Amino acid sequence: MALLEVEDLRVEFPTRRGLLRALDGVSFQIEAGEILGVVGESGAGKSLTGAAIIGLLEPPGRIGAGQVRLNGERIDNLSPERMRRIRGKQIGAIFQDPLTTLNPLYSIGRQLTETMQTHMKLSDRDARERAIKWLEDVGIPAARERIEAYPHEFSGGMRQRVVIALALCAEPRLVIADEPTTALDVSIQAQIIALLKRITREHGTAVMLVTHDMGVIAETADHVAVMYAGRIAEIGPVRDVVRSPSHPYSEGLMGSIPSLVHRVDRLRQIDGAMPRLNAIPQGCAFNPRCPKVFDRCRQERPGLLPAGATRAACWLAEAGNG
Amino acid sequence: MFAFILSRLFQAVPVLLVVGAIAFTMFAYVGDPVTIMLGQDYTMAQREMLVHQLGLDQPFFVQYLNYLWAALHGNFGVSYRLARPVGALILERLPATIELSMTAAFLAVAVGVPLGVYTGIKRNSLGSRLIMIFSLIGVSLPTFLIGILLILFFAVLLGWLPSFGRGDVIRMAHWSTGFLTLSGLRSLILPAITLGLFQMTLIMRLVRAEMMEVLRSDYIKFARARGLTDRAINFGHALKNTLVPVITIIGLNIGGLIAFSIVTETVFQWPGMGLLLVQSIGVADIPVMSAYLQLIALLFVGINLVVDLLYYAVDPRLRLGKR
Repeated sequence: MALLEVEDLRVEFPTRRGLLRALDGVSFQIEAGEILGVVGESGAGKSLTGAAIIGLLEPPGRIGAGQVRLNGERIDNLSPERMRRIRGKQIGAIFQDPLTTLNPLYSIGRQLTETMQTHMKLSDRDARERAIKWLEDVGIPAARERIEAYPHEFSGGMRQRVVIALALCAEPRLVIADEPTTALDVSIQAQIIALLKRITREHGTAVMLVTHDMGVIAETADHVAVMYAGRIAEIGPVRDVVRSPSHPYSEGLMGSIPSLVHRVDRLRQIDGAMPRLNAIPQGCAFNPRCPKVFDRCRQERPGLLPAGATRAACWLAEAGNG
Repeated sequence: MFAFILSRLFQAVPVLLVVGAIAFTMFAYVGDPVTIMLGQDYTMAQREMLVHQLGLDQPFFVQYLNYLWAALHGNFGVSYRLARPVGALILERLPATIELSMTAAFLAVAVGVPLGVYTGIKRNSLGSRLIMIFSLIGVSLPTFLIGILLILFFAVLLGWLPSFGRGDVIRMAHWSTGFLTLSGLRSLILPAITLGLFQMTLIMRLVRAEMMEVLRSDYIKFARARGLTDRAINFGHALKNTLVPVITIIGLNIGGLIAFSIVTETVFQWPGMGLLLVQSIGVADIPVMSAYLQLIALLFVGINLVVDLLYYAVDPRLRLGKR
């Protein structure tokens, strides 16, 4: 049994012009200690998937169908209070912009101890000692002196380290990292990813790493899910998806990564833009942009089909198997 | 910290000097106190003697400096109307106004802040909608009308509460308090509600708007993602972040409550400074008016200082150079 199982998840937004399906038929699993990368363009539904899992969809968004299971137990239909106890304790979250995710009026020590004491029985003194330990663990220099410091006294990279400590301090089994490096300076990004990788391995925490940076995925993740227009286009072990993608969209994404080894004059790009939610074409959502499109793609929507080591939502995969 | 207070006090000096100048100009040039004090029949010799006595034959600046010097010693001249020292008059009236406006401010904060938090969190509930409609009434009805309506219902029709005055007071040294007697407390209820209602609705609407803004912020989302309780998020993380603008408004309004309790005091014949001012304006009792002006300026400066110190306590980002 996998740690997290997402099955046929659908997220919808009721609007005046009817229901918008922002996520449809999303299924994947994360094993304990595993890192699953989730990639895709802006608006593909990556962050929404994370928000749906931790039960923090912005109203009026809601889960329309499907299940989310943690350790085999459904968590998508829990009461708000029971879901609250899962957040932080079982599933942690790291957000994009460390400059805005820390409350400016509380010291980082207070934010850490508050989080730990919400989920664990700890005396003030033990909580404080643990907070210092966590700050040391995420690489804050002079943690003992700086525990009373406020967020504005730290740089962006340091604040993201504090955010990581906050997300992990109640020892969750899974952490959802939503573009944890996007807002950071390029020189800091690698450090933060390395930190995230080290500290989750040390604690045996599984990670759902949402990003649009294929390079980060290739270096960090065990498995990768490529998302397009609210669906999973391809999912599989990261090596296979990067080296021999089966879905034309993943192929396009890989083609747009600059390589340090091979000299490329011009990066390939995928023509066109992702369709808006209210104008998803019939059949495969990618068909207007797909270089390999054929008739069937415009009629029927493909489900995830086995394609070599990965699974891809593409009729070509079926043809390849057959 | 100490340097901060000192610099604020230093900045207050010009403000007070300018207000002093305005008060003095009013004192010296509006109306003719000599004519008023002499009455109908007088000789030129009498007039000149009085002018000399009052020091009005001295140059402008000497008069101004004398005026400031006297004001610093609590000597604001003599009321034309009551022929008593203005300082003593105001000191006599001060407790009534302070007690009334503090009660009103307490009501406004104690009711306004929780209601603002509630309507900010439960935006679409029936309760919130009713409170918002009610708050529109509070914001838009003029104070005197609210006072008269309250008198009509609770004093005239129901006869529950007195409609005017301060009830029995107990004197303690220079202070007379209505807090310690039943009739004093009963008399306080209607005027305090009248005076505080507008402030209460204002504070409530401000807290609500700020709460809605803060609840959308990333750090609140992150707090939720960490599984903190709703109570800790709403009343700790969110409310604290709304405090800076709310403290500003409350501070300014407490000054306003004291300075402009005039209408309420008139409606309820409350024997405070506001009533004294209205009566003084009626007969152009300039010394009282100019002393009042200076006192209010001092009050605002003091309140602003307290507000600044509260910012300092609430928001660590303002504590520059501490570490």
